[in-house]
Amino acid sequence: MQLNIQNLNVSYGNIKALHGISFSVAAGEILTIIGANGAGKSTTLRAISRMIPCEPGSVMDFNGQNIMKYSADKVVSKLGISHVPEGRRIFGNLTVTENLILACFARKDKDQIDIDKKWVFDLFPRLEERRHQLAGTLSGGEQQMLAVGRGYMSGHQMMLLDEPSMGLAPILMLDMFDALKEINKLGTTILLVEQNARLALKFAQRGYVIENGSLVLEGPTHELLDNPEVKKAYLGA
Amino acid sequence: MEPLIESFNYILQNIINALQRGSFYAVISIGYSMVYGVLMLFNFAHGDIFMVGTYIGFGIATVFLAVLTGLVPPPVIFLATVVVTMFLASWIGVFVEVAGYRPLRQAPRASAAITGLMIGIIFETGILIMLGAKRLSFPPLMETVNYHIGGIYITNVKAMIIIISLLLMLALHAFIQKTKWGMAMRAMSYDFLAVPLMGVSINIIAPLTFAVGAGLAAVAGILYGQAYPILDPYMGVLLGWKAFVAAILGGRGSIKGAALAGYLLGFIEIFVATVFPSTLRDFIAYSIILIILTFRPRGFFGMEHSTKLRL
Repeated sequence: MQLNIQNLNVSYGNIKALHGISFSVAAGEILTIIGANGAGKSTTLRAISRMIPCEPGSVMDFNGQNIMKYSADKVVSKLGISHVPEGRRIFGNLTVTENLILACFARKDKDQIDIDKKWVFDLFPRLEERRHQLAGTLSGGEQQMLAVGRGYMSGHQMMLLDEPSMGLAPILMLDMFDALKEINKLGTTILLVEQNARLALKFAQRGYVIENGSLVLEGPTHELLDNPEVKKAYLGA
Repeated sequence: MEPLIESFNYILQNIINALQRGSFYAVISIGYSMVYGVLMLFNFAHGDIFMVGTYIGFGIATVFLAVLTGLVPPPVIFLATVVVTMFLASWIGVFVEVAGYRPLRQAPRASAAITGLMIGIIFETGILIMLGAKRLSFPPLMETVNYHIGGIYITNVKAMIIIISLLLMLALHAFIQKTKWGMAMRAMSYDFLAVPLMGVSINIIAPLTFAVGAGLAAVAGILYGQAYPILDPYMGVLLGWKAFVAAILGGRGSIKGAALAGYLLGFIEIFVATVFPSTLRDFIAYSIILIILTFRPRGFFGMEHSTKLRL
């Protein structure tokens, strides 16, 4: 397994957000964690990317490296795990190209950066059209493309995606997930958390269901799609 | 005709004086503005960083003048003094960030603010202890030459102060716009929580921001020492506050705004003093600033930034 999480505990002050969850992701896999708002999906991703501290006893291991030993920027630059955060968080005062270049801040492979940038522009032609525009002037869909492209350029061993469908029109959602498939085809492992459970389960190979900070179900996504509890709670059927 | 030309010359003369004064405010306020923009922090030690920078410049200038005079032409000594002082003073900025502010990054903003004030007091008294209360005199780095152009007087020192300040600001602008470090600073001023996700270490960008501000302030100190040669450990206090006013008036994180506001401050002060008694200068000048801020509370170029405070 590429990513191993054991007994992950996270609290915000006195409020416990994750109750010792454990899961693992294989290299090249698309894994999704679905759950309701506030169940702990984003917290899980933030813990992996070291944006928030986790409690002693938590184990996070990536390709045999202890993630807990890395700071947030080193998780990206040394381990190659990128995090596309909820709400995109693109830098609105920078141009599209600057957003992409900044994501390569710690990278030294200048030639590969150019190749990656070209690849991102091929994947999202809209970004290339608007490459000199300030990112703040992009539409929501374009901003999401930029957030994903930027994430890919910052590190592509694994991508942590937090609600990439949020705020997108249905047609754009499908385009976005097609693009994510392309990224996965190049060998990037994807860990996706989504409120849009149907979309996520159709996209991923394996899934977990999180409720109140605990993982309650696990399985191949085609089984989860047929699971009566999942259907009732998350698929509205 | 004659009185008209005279009053025209009088105004022109004052414009030059205002440009000189404004240059100091502009260059110093940029350091305030950058730290505020990038780290959402008022570095109240900045005026005293300027003071320490001036003392460093004083030391370097004294040594270089003693050792190099006769060996190399004066402009080279001047340039060497500027470069070496800038380098040394930037480490003062790094020190202030690492020792003063970094441990308080998660602390309430008020704690960070008083940290700045305390570091300032430590610098002032530290210099007092090391060098005593006697006032030192900054050695002139070039012979003053008076030029009489039309009806106005300008010295080479004044011209140099104005030109070097402008060049510094242009260089900084290029650094912010063109380099990846500048890009990271701009990104931080927009959304500093998302910056580490780009593989950028805040522990590099934050001290760099302080270093640039301190380096600029130190050059301003050398230039200031050429115009007003008396050094005193409290020289940074009033100047620091005025630079702070300029930084706020310019708008959060706007270098252009801080520079512009610095010059505006210089102009208002000089021209108020041409009309009113000089004891009223600051009283009237800062009343004007207060009125401007009332109508433009975000300053001239108050920058947009992400309002999300948690990732």
